[in-house]
Amino acid sequence: MTTTTMSHDEAHHHGAPTGWRRWLYSTNHKDIGTLYLLFALTMLFLGGASAMLIRAELFQPGIQLIDPDLYNNLVTNHALLMIFGAVMPAAAGLANWMIPLMIGAPDMALPRMNNLSFWILPAAATMLILSFVVPFFPGGGTQINTGWTIYPPLSVQVGMSMDFLIFAIHLLGISSILASINIIVTLLNMRAPGMTLMKMPMFCWTWLVTAFLLILVVPVLAGGVTMLLFDRHFGTSFFDAAGGGDPVLFQHLFWFFGHPEVYILLLPSIGVLSHVIPTFARKPLFGYRSMVGAMLAVATIGMVVWAHHQYTIGMSLGAVTYFMVGTILISIPVGLMVFNFIATMWRGAMTFETPMLFAIGIILMFTFGGLSGVMLAVVPADMQYHDSMFVVAHFHYVLMPGAVFGLFAGVFYWLPKWTGNMYNERLGKIFFWINVIGFNITFFPQHFLGLAGMPRRIIDYNVMFTEFNVMSSIGAMIFGLSHLLFLYIVIQTIRGGRSLKKSENKSWEGAKGLEWEVGSPPAFHTWETAPQIK
Amino acid sequence: MKPAASIDSGKRKTTLLLAGLALGMFGFGFAMVPLYNLLCQVTGVQSVAIRSDIAPAAQVSSVAESDRELVVKFDTSVHPNLPWEFEATEQRLLVTPGKMYQVMFKAKNRSSSQVIGQAIPSIVPWQATPYFNKLECFCFNRQLLDGGESADMPLRFIVSPDLPEGINSLTLAYSFLKLEASDSQTGTLQPSSATAVKSDSPKGSLHVSKGT
Repeated sequence: MTTTTMSHDEAHHHGAPTGWRRWLYSTNHKDIGTLYLLFALTMLFLGGASAMLIRAELFQPGIQLIDPDLYNNLVTNHALLMIFGAVMPAAAGLANWMIPLMIGAPDMALPRMNNLSFWILPAAATMLILSFVVPFFPGGGTQINTGWTIYPPLSVQVGMSMDFLIFAIHLLGISSILASINIIVTLLNMRAPGMTLMKMPMFCWTWLVTAFLLILVVPVLAGGVTMLLFDRHFGTSFFDAAGGGDPVLFQHLFWFFGHPEVYILLLPSIGVLSHVIPTFARKPLFGYRSMVGAMLAVATIGMVVWAHHQYTIGMSLGAVTYFMVGTILISIPVGLMVFNFIATMWRGAMTFETPMLFAIGIILMFTFGGLSGVMLAVVPADMQYHDSMFVVAHFHYVLMPGAVFGLFAGVFYWLPKWTGNMYNERLGKIFFWINVIGFNITFFPQHFLGLAGMPRRIIDYNVMFTEFNVMSSIGAMIFGLSHLLFLYIVIQTIRGGRSLKKSENKSWEGAKGLEWEVGSPPAFHTWETAPQIK
Repeated sequence: MKPAASIDSGKRKTTLLLAGLALGMFGFGFAMVPLYNLLCQVTGVQSVAIRSDIAPAAQVSSVAESDRELVVKFDTSVHPNLPWEFEATEQRLLVTPGKMYQVMFKAKNRSSSQVIGQAIPSIVPWQATPYFNKLECFCFNRQLLDGGESADMPLRFIVSPDLPEGINSLTLAYSFLKLEASDSQTGTLQPSSATAVKSDSPKGSLHVSKGT
């Protein structure tokens, strides 16, 4: 054996490098996955803090704690932190950890790019936080009071904090495009021999579709905000009606990204459910092929219905009818997924560990959010609901269960695999119940508020809305603080100790798949010899 | 198992394809700018272009007088690149359709050098656009102000009695833009008659400033 191969082997078979180099220079999919998840957790708490400040202000009518511009800045920041900071990186973290383990690959296809796509994120987050902080300093300009949709002409007039935000969006976009390219290349080229596309685990399928969606829509958003930047500083008039542009064009560009983004947030969680439910129902996933088909249908139709976010811009009757029918059509494949999950549980030997509790919660509450979505899709009704708290209730019912609870389910499901320690099941269940009850107290009353006419993104409200707002704010405090328990459970599990059981390679009795054949925690390098799939 | 070399070339191929796709979609975003107007015209989705195309279509009679009254509000703004002050002497006017009114606008060049500006009108609600007739307007021509110079500019208009019921107030908004030297050679706006607010059309030569 020559020296070169020796050192080559050493590099591969030694354990993890130590110190900060392990993380900053990491090309290991497990370490990068961990970094993604920790980053997302940090952003979850920042975004949650801004949400709690919003709800504290809305506890009573009138203006008590913060001024209106800061309120709208918080609304903007909450959305961006949660969507781009928490949910997308958390889903990418799960993908990094699990996809190579699931398809029997030694690592991601492009490990150095993987490192880059994570380490862009802290820079992007810094820009995002600066966009919030800069207006507090002298000469910092005005606050971003546009909401996360940053519609012109208002977004053209906001001070320099908008430029920070635009560059933050650029960086976040680059990061997720790089991660998506990496995931697709891995899935298409590095599956274990014998694993055809239709034998691929469901989580990998959902991420394949998600990554394609990201590559298709994120560059369009990047283009849109670039035009915004040009309008702000280089005298162009892409969105300035006085110069021959059209502000509505920005809305189209934004929602061409924004609507598929909803499925980008949702699909990885659907992937997690497709593993959690069969595990705890002890039955294989019902209708694997129809799930794949339904998902492709959702992604395809989801790309062409964006303008249902803008019914009120004055489109022709033909156009709104098309967008309405298309939107309602999406409920068919989504319904199919839900039925598949229910059929998987049907007559299964079910047990209700924390991941399963979250999974069932998702099916119930996500379906509920989906139904209010069908209401919103109907044009004449939407004219009434548009920009009301009903919309806020709707998308939180879709995104909290649909995206965030799915990520919680995934974290509880795979945490024993990652750490080698079984988390405290009792605490996990307590967390689930506080979380779910807090969530419903927060957002259920907002349906009534919206139907009664309370607009969103406004700091003050009519006294007639007080009771439901008080309820909602109390729920929000319960909901928000419950995540401290989540943090405690995660830290406790990572640290291990005598009170926790060790996890076996197969953490769950009913679990199936390649990821359960490696150790718990897995060695630094796994699947260096690819397994053979029959 | 496939040989490592074929996996590597497969990886490279997929990566390049996907990177190309991402760049293509970035370009698609910019292609939307011209495509959007085209799409709106083909499908009949309302865009600024179509809204202002309605304008010349309506015939306006200014003879009949009615006892109807409505409020016309005047809004002014100046594009940040134009160092001018610009405002209407009156914020609002009570108007009877069919009668002629005159309003003065004041413009002042705050800079020390000569600047050419052009006012772009727009009317809210846009459905009222064809019924608002400007007989004389500073927005028909480009305006030249020397450094520090100020000017009073008249607007004379008639609101047509054919204005649909239900419109009881309308806002006329003027945005003043800076014209570059090259634009001022050709002259930006030549409205065919005093009846139309043709200058809303993005197909006009103001497009020049957008670089399309």
